Amino acid sequence: MKSKKPLIPYLVWMAAFVVIPLGMVFYFAFTDGNGHLTLENFRYIGVNSQVYLDSFKVAFLSTLICLVLAYPLALIMSRMSPRAQRMMNILIMLPMWMNFILRICSLDLIFRPTGILNQLLSLLGLGGNAIYQTPTAVVIGIVYNYLPFMVLPIYTVMAKISRSLIEAGQDLGCNGFQLLKKVIFPLSLPGVISGITMVFVPAASSFVISARLGGFNLIGDTIEAYYKGEIDMHAGGMLSFVLMLVIVISIAVMNHFDKDDDIVLV
Amino acid sequence: MKKILSLFLAVAMMASLVLPLSSCSSGPSIVVCNWGEYMSTGSDADYDIIKEFEKATGIEVKYVTAESNETLYSQMKSGAGKYDVIFPSDYMVERMIAEDMLAKLNFDNIPNYKNIMDRFKGLDYDPNEEYSVPYFWGTVGIIYNESKLTAEDLAMMEDCKDWSILWSKNYPDQIMMMDNPRDAFGIALKQLGYSQNTVNEEEIRAAAALLDQQKFVYAMDQFFDMMPAGDLAVGTYYAGDCLTVMEENEDLRFVIPACGTNLFNDAMCIPKTSEKQALAEQFINFVLSAEAGKANTEYVCYSTPNAAAFELLDEEMQNDPIAYPEKKETWESFRNLPTATNDLVRELWNTVKTNNK
Repeated sequence: MKSKKPLIPYLVWMAAFVVIPLGMVFYFAFTDGNGHLTLENFRYIGVNSQVYLDSFKVAFLSTLICLVLAYPLALIMSRMSPRAQRMMNILIMLPMWMNFILRICSLDLIFRPTGILNQLLSLLGLGGNAIYQTPTAVVIGIVYNYLPFMVLPIYTVMAKISRSLIEAGQDLGCNGFQLLKKVIFPLSLPGVISGITMVFVPAASSFVISARLGGFNLIGDTIEAYYKGEIDMHAGGMLSFVLMLVIVISIAVMNHFDKDDDIVLV
Repeated sequence: MKKILSLFLAVAMMASLVLPLSSCSSGPSIVVCNWGEYMSTGSDADYDIIKEFEKATGIEVKYVTAESNETLYSQMKSGAGKYDVIFPSDYMVERMIAEDMLAKLNFDNIPNYKNIMDRFKGLDYDPNEEYSVPYFWGTVGIIYNESKLTAEDLAMMEDCKDWSILWSKNYPDQIMMMDNPRDAFGIALKQLGYSQNTVNEEEIRAAAALLDQQKFVYAMDQFFDMMPAGDLAVGTYYAGDCLTVMEENEDLRFVIPACGTNLFNDAMCIPKTSEKQALAEQFINFVLSAEAGKANTEYVCYSTPNAAAFELLDEEMQNDPIAYPEKKETWESFRNLPTATNDLVRELWNTVKTNNK
């Protein structure tokens, strides 16, 4: 790092698209319509407490399901031949090449009463509506959308675990389960942590998915409604601010586990 | 090398910020902001109002759309939207007049205003006929799929007294409610026998409680494919759009409950910020002409307040009981509500949407 000049474009970028918008969120969160400083907007947190709870519930459940699905997949992938690994990588990333709103709209069409899912179910004699407009549909939508963000970090870390460490474990008499518990899992923990962060954060603030598939609002939809439809930048700013705060705290807690991973080892 | 690269990147980033602002064109032009699918324009229309206007006057039109009255309002308030012609609904016209956001029209430039039927002039939202020109009107009603309803419910819909079919338990997850607070609360208030413009907190809370009693499919644009596809048994929507989807599925029926509904009037207005009021008035005048009005009405399917355009419609359309129903005493138009009421509705709407599980 001899010269700081190459940094300039990135600093300009960050200022324009990170610092200034964040500053605006703070400004609106703590001012009223006349531009006076106020804490009055905290009232909106109480009004929307149920939406926050729902959002974190859905995000927690989705993250858990992603983890349960992704961990074995990442493990299996990391043991495949390099060629097969490349193939799997592409297969996992492929859906992300299409815009997520389009994918959610497709899920919407599939889940509808006359959609493919219900047509198949009625062929099996299980007619009616399976999951359309239910929280289950929302969780499925989020898991579907964010699963790659869980698989890829875990896989990346696992692929780097040296074979010799696993062989050492086997030499010392570990059976398959002990090997997983004492060698592979602790070593893959950084991947798990970043996977959880990468799924939980966007899931907690997700919008469109819940409104479209579930017919109810999560916090992202509520913030959107305040900003766009309902003309209250101050309420929207406060809701965004508190959402960010909760997320920053959860990331800090996660990172704490990450640093002390030798404690988890015990 | 690095320096050149970083310079290049910086220039590229700055350019992406500045470029969209600097696009300019020669000749006079205006910006028209309408709702989606609410004017006969583009490739699927027989008569493109924008093109015809440009041809006739040489004024270039930049046509954009907004999502809702609230979006339009916030765009104008924040200064993000600089428009010359807008199409707000009745209650929003009233609000914009109250907040001094609209320009007084010079009716000398709008001679075709004479085409407007007298009963649409000087309505409550603009009693002195100063700021707005009627564009379309319509009602909200129940649209239902005949093949999905039980015999009992079908009989009930024959003589539809109120909105109670929306709270039926016979069609789980197949009953659609409009996904915006004003329309949803309006229907619930009517069902309870209250005014949709009530400022009484208890009545509004009762409406929210009523909405909570049903698990609705809240939708707006999805209506256009779900209703004709048979995904829904019962829905609520604007009469003009119901006419559109009924052409696609012959099992669909439309009815306005006797206990009352929302009679809406959308208008053409010019924001105070417009610097091209005379050109904008020329555009409004063009839309009010008989020929443009007729083409527009046939395309949009909403009800026209334009007598000259109405005369040119075919007889079937003129006598359509859905598009041109007989006005009832129980019908009401939205009025602008006080801030406290708007805030209450917004808070309750949030909980209604959150509880819809």
